[in-house]
Amino acid sequence: MSDIVANERRRQALYGWIMLSPAAILLTTFAFYPSLATFWTSLFSRETRRRPSEFKGIGNYTDLFADPTFLKVVTNNLIYAFSTIPISIIIALAMALWANSKIPARGFIRTAYFTPTVLPMIAAANLWLFFYTPGFGVLDQIGGFFGIPSINWLGQPQTALWSVIIVTIWKEAGFFMIFYLAALQTIPEDLKEAADIEGCSRWMYTRRVIIPLLMPTTLFIMVNALINSVKLIDHLFILTKGGPNDASKLVLYYIWEMAFAFFDAPHAAALTILVLAVLGVVAGIKFTILDKRTHYQ
Amino acid sequence: MKLFSKNIEAIGAIILAIVWVSPLLFAFWAAFHSTSDAVNFNISSPWTLSNFQTAWVGAPWLQYFSNTFLLVTVILIGQFFVTTLAGFAFAQIQFPGRDFVFILVLMQLFILPEVLIVENYVMVSRLGLFDTILGVGMPYMASAFGIFLMRQAFKGIPKELHEAARVEGCTWLGILWRVYVPLARPTYIAYALVSVSTHWNNFLWPLIVTNSPETRPLTVGLSIFGAPENGVDISVISAATMMSVAPLLIAFLVFQKQFVQAFLRTGIK
Repeated sequence: MSDIVANERRRQALYGWIMLSPAAILLTTFAFYPSLATFWTSLFSRETRRRPSEFKGIGNYTDLFADPTFLKVVTNNLIYAFSTIPISIIIALAMALWANSKIPARGFIRTAYFTPTVLPMIAAANLWLFFYTPGFGVLDQIGGFFGIPSINWLGQPQTALWSVIIVTIWKEAGFFMIFYLAALQTIPEDLKEAADIEGCSRWMYTRRVIIPLLMPTTLFIMVNALINSVKLIDHLFILTKGGPNDASKLVLYYIWEMAFAFFDAPHAAALTILVLAVLGVVAGIKFTILDKRTHYQ
Repeated sequence: MKLFSKNIEAIGAIILAIVWVSPLLFAFWAAFHSTSDAVNFNISSPWTLSNFQTAWVGAPWLQYFSNTFLLVTVILIGQFFVTTLAGFAFAQIQFPGRDFVFILVLMQLFILPEVLIVENYVMVSRLGLFDTILGVGMPYMASAFGIFLMRQAFKGIPKELHEAARVEGCTWLGILWRVYVPLARPTYIAYALVSVSTHWNNFLWPLIVTNSPETRPLTVGLSIFGAPENGVDISVISAATMMSVAPLLIAFLVFQKQFVQAFLRTGIK
């Protein structure tokens, strides 16, 4: 009898591993091995025709911290993250509250909010180019109407990063709205009735009941928005190419540039490892603190 | 007073909606007008299709469309195959080491393929897949997110059905194919919609691994077409942009409800 059980166990284990093998092979090839290889590459100097690559230890990392562009890019990305995350969350919340309330043209409003989500970032950048172009762009024409002089939104360091940030917020707010909408549907109606009986104002009800109940969703969206602030850089290729003077350059764009425009793989690898480390910390926070309250399980 | 604040909110909601669609509306307007009419916002100016003509002959769009179509199909088929098997193994089969491997898979949620471009490029070249559609698609096939999603879907299926099928003499693969896959259909549809719209729109990785019109997807083609070096004017760029977003946008407007449901069900893109 116990033989049969042991046999069955062994068979299950075999089936399990066979079924996992395609995923395991692909994940190893395109995620785990490349992560290790990136770390390995980051420890060596760049191979040139004259000099073979040699072991540099943490040399590439110290180079990065001495590189003014690196510091600029990291600062930019922090500004990018800490502006796009809160602003798009606030807008998403307002959108969800509106799209969920009984107001006229609700169908149109929902569609309008969500539409940017299905557009490619490249297409979105092309659309916004028409807004930002100096002289005849939409923003300049509106400004001109009020007598404001023409502004080269994408071409001057003070405004380039903010122009990029606006496009990102436009793109992701509608996506985050969806999660809030879903969460709002799960809030029981009797809470609203109870609040009404207590003479609670609508604003008070939103602030004291709705927003606290949406907290798990907000945390979930925050993690997503944080990942997006690393990932969403496609529009830079159209709008600014990181310029002028690196004013709108973000980390992932810089990695691409180092690796594929300057052919400096070791420094690109070192920067990749730093990004992975940051993402690792985010993952750690998510799986230890946040998972107690999320929808997974 | 209450009515007043209600109205203010409605107006705010509608203004925000108009602001949100305005980039799309302006591009639509520009695409159908000559450049000078487009920038002057002359309402009475004539509509024209000539921008579309100029854009259409300016690049091999048909090729780009079919590349993108092929790319999202290849990715979707690969993802369905890989995540179904892995999701089933994680959800329904007991074996040593399972939980440890599952943690490894969860880790991949944060090792974004976008970040690993340098070494993945080396890997794809080494496999001889540089400048092939398979090379663009392969890193996305074992999506940790998809495995996770399938595991959740399979876990929700009652054990009794599984047992019944086994009593009837069904094999493991038979049970997976006849019981689990059909019952998880809503999850598959949701995952398909999210996967297609993600990869239809993907840009950075295809930019790196494609190098010819025969493999280039729409997004990369569009970025090359609109590059300032090419000196294309705003109306023609708008026409090209409208053209390349049209299939997904129309599909979205028609199947809006399913789309939103799909995004909701899957959580992350």
